[in-house]
Amino acid sequence: MSLPRRLLANWLPAYAALFVLFLYLPVMLLPIFSVNLSATPKFPLTGLTLKWYEGLPKTPALLDAAWNSLIVGVSAAVLATVLGICAARAVTRYRFRGQRAMNGLIMAPLVMPEIIVAVSLLIVLLSAGLSLSLLTVTLGHVLICVPYSISVLISGFEGFDRSLEEASADLGETTAGTFRRVTLPMMTPAIISSLLVSFTISLDDFIMAFFLGGNDVTLPVYVWGQLRFAAKLPSVLALGTLLLVASMVLLTVAEIMRRRAAARTQTTGGLLA
Amino acid sequence: MPERTMIQIDDVTKSYGDFHALDHATLTIKEGEFFSLLGPSGCGKTTLLRMIAGLDQPTSGSISIDGQPMDGIPANARPTNMVFQSYAIFPHLKVGENVAYGLKRLKLGAVEEKRRVTEALEMVSLAGLDNRGATELSGGQRQRVALARALVMRPKVLLLDEPLSALDKKLREQMQVELRRLQQAVGITFILVTHDQYEALAMSDRIAVMFGGRIAQIASPKEIYQRPVNRQVADFLGGMNFVKAEIVEENGQSITVDTQGFGRVKTERPPAFAPAGRSATLGIRPERLRVRWDDATAKHEVKGTVIERHYFGEITHLLVEIPGMEKPLSVTETNDFGADDLPLGATIRLGYDPDALVAMAE
Ligand SMILES: Nc1ncnc2c1ncn2[C@@H]1O[C@H](COP(=O)(O)OP(=O)(O)O)[C@@H](O)[C@H]1O
Ligand SMILES: [Mg+2]
Repeated sequence: MSLPRRLLANWLPAYAALFVLFLYLPVMLLPIFSVNLSATPKFPLTGLTLKWYEGLPKTPALLDAAWNSLIVGVSAAVLATVLGICAARAVTRYRFRGQRAMNGLIMAPLVMPEIIVAVSLLIVLLSAGLSLSLLTVTLGHVLICVPYSISVLISGFEGFDRSLEEASADLGETTAGTFRRVTLPMMTPAIISSLLVSFTISLDDFIMAFFLGGNDVTLPVYVWGQLRFAAKLPSVLALGTLLLVASMVLLTVAEIMRRRAAARTQTTGGLLA
Repeated sequence: MPERTMIQIDDVTKSYGDFHALDHATLTIKEGEFFSLLGPSGCGKTTLLRMIAGLDQPTSGSISIDGQPMDGIPANARPTNMVFQSYAIFPHLKVGENVAYGLKRLKLGAVEEKRRVTEALEMVSLAGLDNRGATELSGGQRQRVALARALVMRPKVLLLDEPLSALDKKLREQMQVELRRLQQAVGITFILVTHDQYEALAMSDRIAVMFGGRIAQIASPKEIYQRPVNRQVADFLGGMNFVKAEIVEENGQSITVDTQGFGRVKTERPPAFAPAGRSATLGIRPERLRVRWDDATAKHEVKGTVIERHYFGEITHLLVEIPGMEKPLSVTETNDFGADDLPLGATIRLGYDPDALVAMAE
């Protein structure tokens, strides 16, 4: 082995380890400080406690925010996925004029600065006479979820054998029946992925929720509000830890489900693969 | 066999832009017939099959099934069912659910539905596999499930798109026999698409040979094999010795020619025969030339020299050079009299039946 190669072989694992540490260390600090007795996040820990967690359910504002996040997340995920199914199906099944331009436009919000989109949306919604509420937040979230939803669904639809739908028609089934009995079940893994990804994006989003929420506060906006008070930091850490654990459990369960479904339907790909 | 028409293909063309995947095809298929569409890949077989199924629409021309014009009738309302080349087994359903897929819409009731599924699975020798997952099947089993799923619908016409091409040789030959038996048992009209000439010859009542979107010949396997209308058909169906000839006399039914090597021959005039000038081509299959082992000279024989010999177990292929012929003759001979021991350079006599020499268009 040449010298540069040997150096590389020795250093690559170290580099990878450092990278992973950099990626996960801050996240690991969250649960550690959330069980710290003192309110300031500093080493050494002064003692272990669960009091910050115990305090959480006793905060009505937080419960409200969690409830709001859930409503917005579920609605946005469902809406974005329904829209995504239509778009992905159109893109994978039909060839039409202006299709490429259309693909580009649908995907554009992925790379557009979210704050610009949020402000534009704010102007549009206000001039349309809508008052800011969870509804407007949901609309904003649908907008940012749809590109992700579509890309997840397109990858799911692309491996789909056209002749399955033709076989269904050949066996007497209508177009709607074919969609219900063949297309939809075959698409289930991709649809679950899409719902999940959209829900996570909505749950995480701060900018849309901040601009379009009015007086209705979602979890990220609540967390941001609490950060101004040093004394509330441990509760925020505890809340953050819970969110972290919840999304990890959710994603793991979904991934297991997706793999099981994929083994059955031979569908490959998916954002979480 | 009943002579009722089941499928009428009338001057059907399918174009993609300037390209004609199917070019003015006209064809009649009888009830209960095992009909094959035979031709090389890309000649338009699948295109025609899909238009019969209603999965594609003809650009022009019309198709009727059992007397009913099919214009505007979608696939799900046609009395046809198809075995797809990829089998298209629904991977999210069990074997039994796959077979019951089309029955569900007929609302037969659980008992009758179950009975028909069981019957169909028995028919294709898959009894008891109802609860097997669709992805846990071998290629041969998938093919049988696809067959059962179509047959259970009791269609008037069963369409099969290269159903055996994905199977290995042994299984394929076994399935050829089974498919033929099955078709005779159920009495349904079968239309088989294949590029394998042996498959078509072995299974069909009649064959349509296709090239480049056109139907070249429609006839029984024997007729197609023995009396191909042109060189292309002759070549596609197996080995053929082409013999150059000069026309000396012709009328509507027959032609008389002077051949290289085979002397003067009078033969049937094929339908599409349109010779350019006085020259014509005759053909004779290699197995219709037989080595003569006795000493008595017969009326119909040619004499030549063995220049090549290839041993194939039960048969031997010989190449025999004939004085006065441009190309050596290919001969297929059984090995019971020692064709496999003929030395190169040996002079042999080849007997033939003059009826085996057929005229064909270029
Ligand atoms: N949707 C299509 N668009 C353009 N060309 C097609 C289409 N479907 C088939 N063709 C062309 O038509 C010809 C016949 O195809 P096909 O019927 O599938 O042939 P085969 O005899 O092998 O079954 C091929 O050259 C194929 O490329
Ligand atoms: Mg084909």
